[in-house]
Amino acid sequence: MSQRAFLRYLLRRLAFALVLVFLVSSGALLLTHLAPGDATSELRRPGVRDETVALERAKLGLDRSFVAQYMDWVVGLARLDLGRSTRYGRPVADLLAERTGNTALLAAVALSVASVVGLWAGIASASRPAGFARPLISGVSIVAVSVPPLLASLLLALLAARTGWFPVGGISSVDTDGLSWIARVIDVTWHLALPAFAVALPLAATIDRLQSRAMEEALGATYVRAAVGRGIPWRRVVWGHALPVAIRPVLGVYGIILGGVFSGSFAVEIVTAWPGLGQLMYEALVSRDIYLVSGCAIAGSLFLALGNLFSDVALLVVDPRLRASS
Amino acid sequence: MRLRAAGVSILLATALAAAAAPAIAPNLPAEQFRDHLYAPPMRVHVFDDGGRIRLPFVYPIALVDRLGRRFEEDRTQVRTLVWFADGQLVQVADPADGPLLLLGADQLGRDVFSRLLLGARASLGVAVVAAILALLVGGLFGAAAGTVGGLTDELLMRLADFVLVLPALYVVLALRSVTPLVLSSSEVFALMTGVFAVVGWPYVARGVRAIVVSERRQDYALAARAIGVGRWRLLTRHLLPASFGFLAVQATLLIPGFILAEATLSFVGLGFAAPTASWGVMLQEASNIRAIADFPWLLSPAATIVMVVLGINLVMRADRAHEPLRWVGRG
Repeated sequence: MSQRAFLRYLLRRLAFALVLVFLVSSGALLLTHLAPGDATSELRRPGVRDETVALERAKLGLDRSFVAQYMDWVVGLARLDLGRSTRYGRPVADLLAERTGNTALLAAVALSVASVVGLWAGIASASRPAGFARPLISGVSIVAVSVPPLLASLLLALLAARTGWFPVGGISSVDTDGLSWIARVIDVTWHLALPAFAVALPLAATIDRLQSRAMEEALGATYVRAAVGRGIPWRRVVWGHALPVAIRPVLGVYGIILGGVFSGSFAVEIVTAWPGLGQLMYEALVSRDIYLVSGCAIAGSLFLALGNLFSDVALLVVDPRLRASS
Repeated sequence: MRLRAAGVSILLATALAAAAAPAIAPNLPAEQFRDHLYAPPMRVHVFDDGGRIRLPFVYPIALVDRLGRRFEEDRTQVRTLVWFADGQLVQVADPADGPLLLLGADQLGRDVFSRLLLGARASLGVAVVAAILALLVGGLFGAAAGTVGGLTDELLMRLADFVLVLPALYVVLALRSVTPLVLSSSEVFALMTGVFAVVGWPYVARGVRAIVVSERRQDYALAARAIGVGRWRLLTRHLLPASFGFLAVQATLLIPGFILAEATLSFVGLGFAAPTASWGVMLQEASNIRAIADFPWLLSPAATIVMVVLGINLVMRADRAHEPLRWVGRG
């Protein structure tokens, strides 16, 4: 594929991603609007006069028609203004900036750990058909794939609460102001360990299962037998000949895996009080914080679309056939 | 093969326990034993203090340290377990003297074991009904897309793709939270199955469509057409049966995802609500970290969920190592 063709492909995919993001966030906006109740629902208590509620609604712009609100939102979106959160009384963009970083940190660490462990385990178990490594890895991985992040984080919280080795929740300790940046990094890492492990566990198992299957297939191919016959050491055959082929199906599903990270991190964020996007989205949804909901939808779908794009480009890089055909 | 048998037996046992829950559960799920808040699981003994073997029995437990929530067995009283009496699988001879708490009690003094059994009905019920619904809708749409083709095909498949790219858990969360938040149990049941079916159908529809499209070109389908078999009959008698294997596999993929989705929704307070017992509700009630640390038996629904999912994975394991991926995407 020529450089220009690649650029065209990239631009087309980016345009699709933007359309998707727009559709998803508009959908979220509409859904929240249609939902019973609005941001002033909590105000409606006995003793609060109707005029007060009406005034608050007018102040938040909720008394206008949906079309008017939506048009304002779209115009704002064009200027990258995502509106104000009714719950927090702050611009949605500021809130997203804080929270997206936290979720991205959790997701990136979990995904890296899961990839390294999963790929290694998959390669190890497929390339050593004899010996104890294979049944051990496949046994561990079938159990691990059955422990979803919600349960993993609860079980790890039990461990943390009983042993005190890890903090049970939050992203940092209370009194970090006086600490050097190194101490702060260590503090966050310490808080990150359990949530990241909870998200990574079933993912690592999934990647392992995919990788070992693909690797087994690759190792059964005739070119591998030919390489072995020429006297190339097994280790080099596995890593140099079979792996480049066997890694493709795994890379091909990274987009789906990323969706898994994202969904998994929701439960983990709630259990371990990790101040991320999932938590924010949940709060926004139940408090009918209409612009915050659509803002979270933008951040989430952008995150996914870019992840998908990244995984497709990676696939393009490792697979010459795809480059030739597109 | 042995692993698969193990998986099958786990699933059968769970299904049986859920079906016969009222007969197996020693106590009512909502019954509160005020003297047994946070009581630990009772141990079933076969040796008494004198070292003699007896029929399985328990010692009643009583609170000895109110502050530390410490319970101790009253070794002077032996309560032999009674089997198959009054339509109950197992019970202590006289429940009025103190309940049988095989998995301890929760913060309201309710029997965790009984709630776990009754909760299985809610949690597994939602998952199974939602899976059936998703299979029906997906099968219908897939068959329609595959047979009619053209614009219908294009629209249905684009719709399916759109739902597929979204993280399922967030779609579920969004759909559930924009509907009225306070509902009765049966309304929650109906709503959850509906919402789960919305995220589940595209997987089914895409597969069924692919099968229908490819089977239509097979010789047997052409032969059937040639002797004048109508479109509808061809579809129902020949093409759809070809996708039954696929549908069975889909069911085993959807159900774990839906069990988890119920747990997650109830956990964050958007699913079933007290006093209904479901595994998610129980986890939610256990989610206080201090409570988990001191009373780990409250996490037993987590263990049962892992057990069921593991059972399904063991059954599936042999032939499709790549398939479990799909439900990981559901949280």
